[in-house]
Amino acid sequence: MTTITTAEGDAARDLPAVVVDPDENYLNTSYTVKSWLLTHDHKRVAILYLLGITLFFFLGGAAAVLMRLELLTPQADLTSHETYNKLFTLHGVIMVFFFIIPAVPGVLGNFLLPIMLGARDVAFPRLNLLGWYLFMIGGCFAIAAMVAGGVDTGWTFYTPYSTTYSNTHVIATALGAFISGFASVLTGLNFLVTTHRMRAPGMKWFRMPLFVWSMYGTAIIMVLGTPVISITILLLAAERVLGLGIFDPARGGDPVLFQHLFWFYSHPAVYIMILPAMGIISELLAAFSRKRIFGYGFVAFSSLSIAFLGFLVWGHHMFVSSQSVYAGLIFSLLSFFVAIPSAIKVFNWTATLYKGSISYDAPMLYALGFIGLFLIGGLTGVFLSTLGIDVHVHDTYFVVAHFHYIAVGGTVMAFLGGLHYWWPKITGRLYPEVWARVAALTVYLGFNLTFFPQFILGYMGMPRRYHVYPPEFQVLHVLSTAGASILGAGYLIPMVYFIWSLWYGKKAGPNPWNAKGLEWQTKSPPITRNFEETPIVTEEAYAYAD
Amino acid sequence: MHTQTDGSALATNVAPQFDDAEQQARSAVLGMWVFLITEVLLIGTLFATFAVYRYRYAHEFEEASLELDVVLGTINTFVLLTSSFTVALGVYAAKHGKQKAIVANLVITLALGVVFLCVKGIEYYAKFHHHLVPGPEYHFPGTASPVGHQTELFFTFYFLMTGIHALHVIVGMAVLAWVLKLALARRFSPEYHTPVEVGGLYWHFVDIVWIWLFPILYLINRH
Amino acid sequence: MWELQLHPESASKIASSVDSLFLFLLVVSAFFTVLIVTLVIVFAIKYRRRPERKSVQIRGDLRLEILWTVIPLILSMVMFGWGAKLYMIQARAPADAEEVYVVGKQWMWKIQHLNGPREINELHVPVGRPVRLIMTSEDVIHDFYVPAFRTKMDVLPDTYTSMWFQATKTGRYHLFCAEYCGTGHSTMIGHVIVMEPHEYEDWLSGGVSGQSLAEAGEKLFTRLACHTCHGGKPTDRGPPLTGLVGSTVRLTGGRTVKANETYIRESILEPKKKVVEGYEPIMPTYKGQLSEEDLIKIIAYLKTKTKPEGKR
Repeated sequence: MTTITTAEGDAARDLPAVVVDPDENYLNTSYTVKSWLLTHDHKRVAILYLLGITLFFFLGGAAAVLMRLELLTPQADLTSHETYNKLFTLHGVIMVFFFIIPAVPGVLGNFLLPIMLGARDVAFPRLNLLGWYLFMIGGCFAIAAMVAGGVDTGWTFYTPYSTTYSNTHVIATALGAFISGFASVLTGLNFLVTTHRMRAPGMKWFRMPLFVWSMYGTAIIMVLGTPVISITILLLAAERVLGLGIFDPARGGDPVLFQHLFWFYSHPAVYIMILPAMGIISELLAAFSRKRIFGYGFVAFSSLSIAFLGFLVWGHHMFVSSQSVYAGLIFSLLSFFVAIPSAIKVFNWTATLYKGSISYDAPMLYALGFIGLFLIGGLTGVFLSTLGIDVHVHDTYFVVAHFHYIAVGGTVMAFLGGLHYWWPKITGRLYPEVWARVAALTVYLGFNLTFFPQFILGYMGMPRRYHVYPPEFQVLHVLSTAGASILGAGYLIPMVYFIWSLWYGKKAGPNPWNAKGLEWQTKSPPITRNFEETPIVTEEAYAYAD
Repeated sequence: MHTQTDGSALATNVAPQFDDAEQQARSAVLGMWVFLITEVLLIGTLFATFAVYRYRYAHEFEEASLELDVVLGTINTFVLLTSSFTVALGVYAAKHGKQKAIVANLVITLALGVVFLCVKGIEYYAKFHHHLVPGPEYHFPGTASPVGHQTELFFTFYFLMTGIHALHVIVGMAVLAWVLKLALARRFSPEYHTPVEVGGLYWHFVDIVWIWLFPILYLINRH
Repeated sequence: MWELQLHPESASKIASSVDSLFLFLLVVSAFFTVLIVTLVIVFAIKYRRRPERKSVQIRGDLRLEILWTVIPLILSMVMFGWGAKLYMIQARAPADAEEVYVVGKQWMWKIQHLNGPREINELHVPVGRPVRLIMTSEDVIHDFYVPAFRTKMDVLPDTYTSMWFQATKTGRYHLFCAEYCGTGHSTMIGHVIVMEPHEYEDWLSGGVSGQSLAEAGEKLFTRLACHTCHGGKPTDRGPPLTGLVGSTVRLTGGRTVKANETYIRESILEPKKKVVEGYEPIMPTYKGQLSEEDLIKIIAYLKTKTKPEGKR
């Protein structure tokens, strides 16, 4: 048991006496809009992020629904070419920049990191709030661009199409991504400093939960990678406005240079997307097997390795771009290396289940589903690292299937699992368990039906970003769309019961899962400063008893 | 609150998330270092892109570079180097509780910052006057190549890099002005001088970036 | 309609190798997927929560960590090596490959055979002979993708990229643009038609009157008066062009470059970028006067100007 006693610092700081009202928590201290919009509390910032990313998820999802409906038939039925191109661009831009990159760090990272470390908040709470505003402003730019007519360059903005040929709102959209990039940097900066400087007494590095390790790795990538895409977007906008010739070959520029700059960030960005999810999985598996994670040190270091190696492989997006074959060879080799730490995690997670005491609560269902789906997603990434194969499947649905297995089968499943697991802590309410399990299974089945056929489509040669297609691909597309409707339903169910639970859910105690971790030593929901007294940590993470 | 031996007030307002003043100070310094690392990546991207074109269009870039005023650039280099020195003196003064010296050094640093920006302004105006600003009015006087847009590319990088740098100088000056305000209110002491330290760090970085920028833009073809 | 095909026809020399490599990865992936998923399911059931049994706290096992690091690493290196081998084959066309020029533009493929015929969105090739495509774009980045051949390559503006294949089966195969290029991206498609060699010869010569690419190029060369500076005499203002293509050229300042298609194109459009050692930078630019097709004709013509001894 972690002993919670007063640390000397508390007395020296003349902290106010322990909260008198036992019912007070961070949610009910004040109900005014101002107290939310000007909050310094990392937990309220997390809720603000939750609202934002949910909005963007459904916006991006709506675009996907329209796309999948259109793709039911080989010809154009629902939309024109222009509109379809704008739809897939919107889907990509919104999902990448405004949903999946900010979601886990912004919501669960913000909420949990300080509590897991035994701190009262992040190091720079006002910067944290500023980050949320920048994220929302960036999102508004993207929505404005959409309303004004949209953008049709794809979320990858390849030149010279985006600089010279596209007549759509490229700059507004790119600016939206640029602004919300600062949110990423601020979040990463906050997490790094908080982890280094604000661990509670006794919280040594190797006593930290693995979620913190994965957030640390994520923060490194956010801080180092985001500035590169910021400059790239700036250069793109400058070229578009001034006709300069940085990326446009007609004026002496190099379009492949754009690809290098773009992917130098955008590849590490996918590790921003998956590392936090992996951290969640470690927490869920430990809690619902009532066991420490097998190979803790290896799992912790694998997060750092992924962060480091992830910066060295960007060229694997460019094997057929006309980059030199020697660059291709090096990037391929390094891409195999970056897969190894992920494999290590999967093996360690599986070994964690051995001789555990496993329950089938909804969070665990999401976690178990994650292992299989991430495995397939990761392994198909290995296919793409293999030069001879990538030449064939590059820019086909094989790639689309690969990254959706990781982003949706991986990150979104983990996010949902984490949301369920920590929902009682965040809201003080329990969600309805039966409906949650139904939703988890629906999501799992719907997901596989949506995306597995796309591997086949890709190897058959169906290119990405195609509005119309040869008729022989239709069967697979119909299967995929059928899956998508099931998946969509699976996502709507938790929306409904989560909101329902806020008023009608059973009230939660401090530790409904009887799990280890400092967050379960606080009230549900916690008081604003998380702990009544600063905890002193004396045991390891996941110190379940035999 | 109690008074220090040197007469300054103890202004250790520790924000609620921190345990003590020391944790707060160390967090602020680490935060600034992390921020500066992100700035290195920012400027590094521009440097890398510049390097690609510097190599590819070596001749045009060398010719374009000759149009820059190396005298003004050198003056600005010394101005910033000196300002780094004075801000370091200011941090030293703060560590030793020398209230007057903190103020004096910050004022000199700010003044040098103003000088830097004025010289920059003169340079920019001259470029504008000579039609060397990228855009529809651009016209390169040399005989480098009829396809003049490679020299325009040099000036694109020149304005982008020195412009973003100047923006950071302005932000740095705003930060140091705020620090000066605190210094005038005698808020600093040997126990508490984090804003001076952190502001100084930022200013040093701004100086170092200029030390890199100056040779790669101004000195690539001087004999 | 319900017959599910899992891979396109294998119609090129490399296709079956790519399929074999894919199968290898598939088998390895399936093995690990089945292994892990089975273990997860078995553990989840066998060790489900029961009140009489507690979990056992296991820290880890170094031997297992090493095992499941080293084995994936070894398998990865096999995959890397095999994939790299195929890639290097795909990167180097055989010297005797027949060259065909491709110009991509929004949203069509324009194909020019050396011996005259031009095609739109269709490429006729003979079976059993290597074919090398030399490609450029008139506008944005495209990609020439033939799934049945398991090969593709981006097609860039202002430069040439190339890819090669050797068709092994006659038939009609999909041609797709595989780099998003705007509104008509999904309509920038066509077919590659592989014919028996004699049918191909018939097709090349039948119904198409007129000159070969090289002949057209020679006409342009004369019309634009290139020969007045590039006459081949030592006193000419421009360097001799016989045996140029494929050779190594020394530029002013000592740098050397390979005189490939991109170099030739650049020298015509931006002659001052790379000046040959010993010559003045006085060649005028022909930008705006020549289309991509014209440039291809001139390049094709220059390729026929080999040294009398047959040496390049």
